Amino acid sequence: MTTLTLAKAINEGLRRSMEDNAKVLVMGEDVGKLGGVFRVTDGLQKDFGEDRVIDTPLAESGIIGTAIGLALRGYRPVCEIQFDGFVFPAADQIITQLAKMPLRSLGKIKLPVVVRIPFGGGIGAVEHHSESPEAYFTHTAGLRVVACSNPADAYTMIQDAVRGDDPVIFFEPKRRYWDKAEVDLGAPGLPLDRAKIVRPGADLTLLAYGPMVKTCLEAAAAAEEEGRDLEVVDLRSLNPLDLEVLTDSVRRTGRCVVAHEAPVFSGFGAELAARLTERCFYHLEAPVLRVGGFSTPYPPSRLEDYYLPDLDRVLDAVDRSFAY
Amino acid sequence: MTADASHGVDTPPELVQLLTPEGERVEHPDYDIELTEEEVRSLYRDLVLVRRIDLEAVALQRQGELGLWASLLGQEAAQIGSGRALTDADMVFPTYREHGVAWCRDVDPVKLLGLFRGVSNGGWDPAEHNFHLYTIVIGSQTLHAVGYAMGLQRDGAEAATMVYFGDGATSQGDVNEAFIWASVTNAPVVFFCQNNQWAISEPLERQSRIPLYKRASGFGFPGVRVDGNDVLACLAVTRQALRNAREGQGPTLIEAFTYRMGAHTTSDDPSRYRLADELEAWKLKDPIERVKAYLFKNRLADQEFFEKVDAEADALGKDVRGRCLTLPDPPPEAIFQNVYAGPHALIDEEREQFLTYLAGFER
Repeated sequence: MTTLTLAKAINEGLRRSMEDNAKVLVMGEDVGKLGGVFRVTDGLQKDFGEDRVIDTPLAESGIIGTAIGLALRGYRPVCEIQFDGFVFPAADQIITQLAKMPLRSLGKIKLPVVVRIPFGGGIGAVEHHSESPEAYFTHTAGLRVVACSNPADAYTMIQDAVRGDDPVIFFEPKRRYWDKAEVDLGAPGLPLDRAKIVRPGADLTLLAYGPMVKTCLEAAAAAEEEGRDLEVVDLRSLNPLDLEVLTDSVRRTGRCVVAHEAPVFSGFGAELAARLTERCFYHLEAPVLRVGGFSTPYPPSRLEDYYLPDLDRVLDAVDRSFAY
Repeated sequence: MTADASHGVDTPPELVQLLTPEGERVEHPDYDIELTEEEVRSLYRDLVLVRRIDLEAVALQRQGELGLWASLLGQEAAQIGSGRALTDADMVFPTYREHGVAWCRDVDPVKLLGLFRGVSNGGWDPAEHNFHLYTIVIGSQTLHAVGYAMGLQRDGAEAATMVYFGDGATSQGDVNEAFIWASVTNAPVVFFCQNNQWAISEPLERQSRIPLYKRASGFGFPGVRVDGNDVLACLAVTRQALRNAREGQGPTLIEAFTYRMGAHTTSDDPSRYRLADELEAWKLKDPIERVKAYLFKNRLADQEFFEKVDAEADALGKDVRGRCLTLPDPPPEAIFQNVYAGPHALIDEEREQFLTYLAGFER
């Protein structure tokens, strides 16, 4: 076991992927000499060279578009989008090409491209640096969308994403980059498309992914003091969705609260609430409730603590669920 | 404010030409080409056959057999000239109008028709032909071509990529990003822009104040304008650019100065935005007639040859039509196939539910 930050765990996972397969490339803005603005790719260019760790021009569509071309030639590019709010210039290449080319080719083409996106708020950043754009991508068929929440998962999930033959949008919780945990560098980890019960409980299911998993665990610990036994499930994969684990959990507890940083309106929680209501209707004691960002743009950072769902807002939703 | 973007029929002085519209062979100081009689006859045959495929496709659309067709009429020389400059190892990234290049890469024309008929969104194996799928979003494929070229560099391959796009595409961000990437990576890529003067209804001066080939110098690589209706010049210029790319000299922008003699697609009506006179002027520069005149005047082909090619074209048209009409519709489960390479539980579930639902109607 090794103690790693989440950022370092991804770094180690990328390093392992690059060692295992010479076709794996890392590309993005400032990923080389600087090691990325969050240092996730620190040291990789030094060890694997400029041909495999590519400092790209400052053009997000170009990053994804050329990654597609490299993948067509047999490479497995891992692209870094520097911040969530900067993925939109690349949205066209991701949505119209990366997601659809394999189908267009009737399966002849595989595009093993990973798009890493640091997402979410809580770091006191300027505009466009704190967003949660996951629902744009879960709505696009052809993409796999995952979000890691802790160092051990980050380490195996990035390797699984690189190893798979489908394009993967890989969300990294940027305010958790510096969280440390024990990581077993030899352990295989749970398959990429599986959800994980990170805290078993009997009274209510908290569903979260990325940065909100930690918040929900803290909320569950606080609820325990009030005598409530909350289960916390880390989705890990948003598309595909591990409905088996989620359904089983909600049927057992009869109550469910979904938490994410993205606006609640048309957010990913809406999909979870609808699916789970369909599947667990006769088991539910209360409607599936959602807690998340407001239906506003992400606020200036002095206000972000009000905007981001925290322990108290999660517990407030828990209280509302129990009030039914 | 308007600017002269030379979109009319006047030939700008920079144009590389080896065969005049009248079929006269002319010299150019930088480009020349040595072709056997047989090779010139073969180019003529290509031009006639792809025009025939195109004609048949337009007719099939008019008869309701295709949902749409994007005609290449007038652009045969640009496509055959550049397409025949490729080696097997080179990789091509087309738009949705490169039926002539597809012909050069041995893609069955019926597969092109299948896309416009709606049986698939692609349908051929790009790796089998080194001819990528048609890309409909304007300019997207230029970045794919540069990325592929970066892969060629890493593989040490003796090959280049060539990417096709139109005059309208030069306004796209992706095309400009592709120029930058190709330039700073010195990628072995040839940008082949068919300036057919019209982006649907918008003339070139809506896209550019300067001749398009001059854009290249700002990005740091050579640009050349070639007579896009001159198959010999297109072949010579493209051969040189591909050779330079393969030899590590980086990208070239070729502007093939041509004319879209038909509509943008079968859904378009050019009479709403351009004068018939313009088309008449360009008809005098027809890409096929000048090769025919050259072959005839120089006694490189006789009447029997031309009749043979025409007969072959008729047979090809008939064959393409026949096979297009019998293209089967894909089964409904095809909707769910090939969305992902690996398993996807939700799609599996939806497929099963939908097939069960459909089967309910058969009882």
